[in-house]
Amino acid sequence: MTNFNLNLKKKITSDKIFKLAATLAGTYVLVIVVLMAFQLMSESYPIWEKEGLSFITKTDWNAVEDRESFGVLPYILGTLTTSAIAMMIGVPLSIGIAMFISDAPPKIGVPLGFLVELLAAVPSVIYGLWGLFVFRIYFRDWIETPLHNAFGDNIWLFSGNPYGLDILTASVILAIMIIPTVSAVSREIMKAVPQQQKEAAYMLGATKWEMFKLAIFPYSKTGLIGASILGLGRAVGETMAVTMLIGNSTGLGAIPSSLFGPSQTMSSVIANEFVEASPASVHMPALIGVGLVLLLIAIVINVVAHLLVTRMLKIKEGAINN
Amino acid sequence: MNSIQQKRQEYRSLFKQNVAKRLLVDKSVRVIVFSCVVIAIIPLGSILFEVFKNGLAAISIEFLTQTPGAVGSGEGGIGPAIQGTLIIIGLASLLGVPIGVMSGIFLSEYGDNAFARFVRFFNDVFMEFPSIILGIFAFLVIVLFLGHFSVWAGAFALSLIMFPIIARTTEESLKMVPVTYREAGTALGLKKWVITFRIVLSAAKSGMITGILLSVSRIGGETAPLIITILGSSQFFSSMDTPMDALPLRIWRLSLLPYDSAQLQGWGAALVLIIIILGINLGVKYYFMNKKSGLFESIIKQRRNITK
Repeated sequence: MTNFNLNLKKKITSDKIFKLAATLAGTYVLVIVVLMAFQLMSESYPIWEKEGLSFITKTDWNAVEDRESFGVLPYILGTLTTSAIAMMIGVPLSIGIAMFISDAPPKIGVPLGFLVELLAAVPSVIYGLWGLFVFRIYFRDWIETPLHNAFGDNIWLFSGNPYGLDILTASVILAIMIIPTVSAVSREIMKAVPQQQKEAAYMLGATKWEMFKLAIFPYSKTGLIGASILGLGRAVGETMAVTMLIGNSTGLGAIPSSLFGPSQTMSSVIANEFVEASPASVHMPALIGVGLVLLLIAIVINVVAHLLVTRMLKIKEGAINN
Repeated sequence: MNSIQQKRQEYRSLFKQNVAKRLLVDKSVRVIVFSCVVIAIIPLGSILFEVFKNGLAAISIEFLTQTPGAVGSGEGGIGPAIQGTLIIIGLASLLGVPIGVMSGIFLSEYGDNAFARFVRFFNDVFMEFPSIILGIFAFLVIVLFLGHFSVWAGAFALSLIMFPIIARTTEESLKMVPVTYREAGTALGLKKWVITFRIVLSAAKSGMITGILLSVSRIGGETAPLIITILGSSQFFSSMDTPMDALPLRIWRLSLLPYDSAQLQGWGAALVLIIIILGINLGVKYYFMNKKSGLFESIIKQRRNITK
């Protein structure tokens, strides 16, 4: 009897240790997030002390000693512009892909879905390499130059001489890079629409497109918006391909003025300048401050996106159980 | 009588028009949607084509094993970069896999409460963090602390990208193991950790391996965090406290040089990297389709037989 009790006790302690270890490992991610926010805040403190909130609204960027002046606004604008254009191109394409694949017979849908997902496996730096030496040339000669010749004199959007290393090229590459994410999540969400809804639409005599309009889009609207915002998060944080293609102007010159002008994003300015910045000067705190702003934007975007997507997938479970 | 027939004719033609119009819209949507898929696959095809076409011209034994030659000479190779990538993947896995797996166990085995849901949510959000910020973080806690560039900083940054992916895939594959397996273990009087490690993990092995390999292929191509943690070098690995090279870093540096020979070497390095990464992806896919689904299908079939 005592032996049995002893055994039981031992078992419980080892299981407690196991549970504790698992819980600690689960908590790791929270610790890292908190520590990261804290580190970025404390290490970027000198720049907030020097510039105050004007760090966010100023447009200069000068790292020359004794004339240091840093403002992150141009890079915020650069990030938002490239991401917005990438969304405009990438999201409709992704939803089209999700529609095709969610609806195609598995024999065609599965391999095509896999091919699209392979786009996500290609490293960012290879997108950059391809963009720099292949895509840029074709894109400049076949799309940018004709657009410039046709509209350049009248519409400011198309002014500026197309060189290939500009906002539009970077945005199109970003669009290609967000397609796998957005289309994969959209596909899951479209699959989560209950079969009865689709059948009801077909029963009313709907064609396939009308079925999408009647049954799938209204039901999955929230989730699709969430999927697009997830893509936005990807685009905002993407570094290498953008760094290689956006032209890397700094300060006032980085404010987007036309589609064919160079610019700079928050992540690309960090990638370009971080190694050269000395930790003693205010240059490095400025770059860490850029990182902090980027982190806050990324957190907001991703929290919103995940809330929308998980809400959608929860509805699905409820609907099936009922 | 006549007018009724006329009306009928009229309605019939209206109906036909209506149907024809709707079918036309349906067909054109079908074409548009299909062309979306084609538009997305063209870049993939072009990237693969260009990398293989240009990269094969650069590949040779010397290119794969030697250190880079003088800048712009077109001599030398990417030996240190290949070595560095392998080292950094190994170290990052050493740091990231145990935490990822344990965290996945937590989410799956103890995941039915508000705290675990909170962790799961943050795990998902963390997975999407810009990798360059993880690089800055690793720089601040390790490089700045030590005072010099360190291989550990790069490995730590990459492990931060890795572990949330592993946690989620581990959780998903553990959840696919039927509860009856765990109950059988409990009925035998086994401890929970023995059940988890010996029964549940071994049943979910292929799913977990898939997740780990996919996370390896993801970090293999990461560049941004490595720029600010291991910097890049043209020498073979010498110690943990000096800068090290990696394939993505080498590609980036080569692409910035204004020489055709450097560009060619860049394509060669890209070919090596893409073979590693697509190799892992395709291998996993093959494994996944042939083995994993087979395993789980057989489990499900067994369960059905039992319940019958």
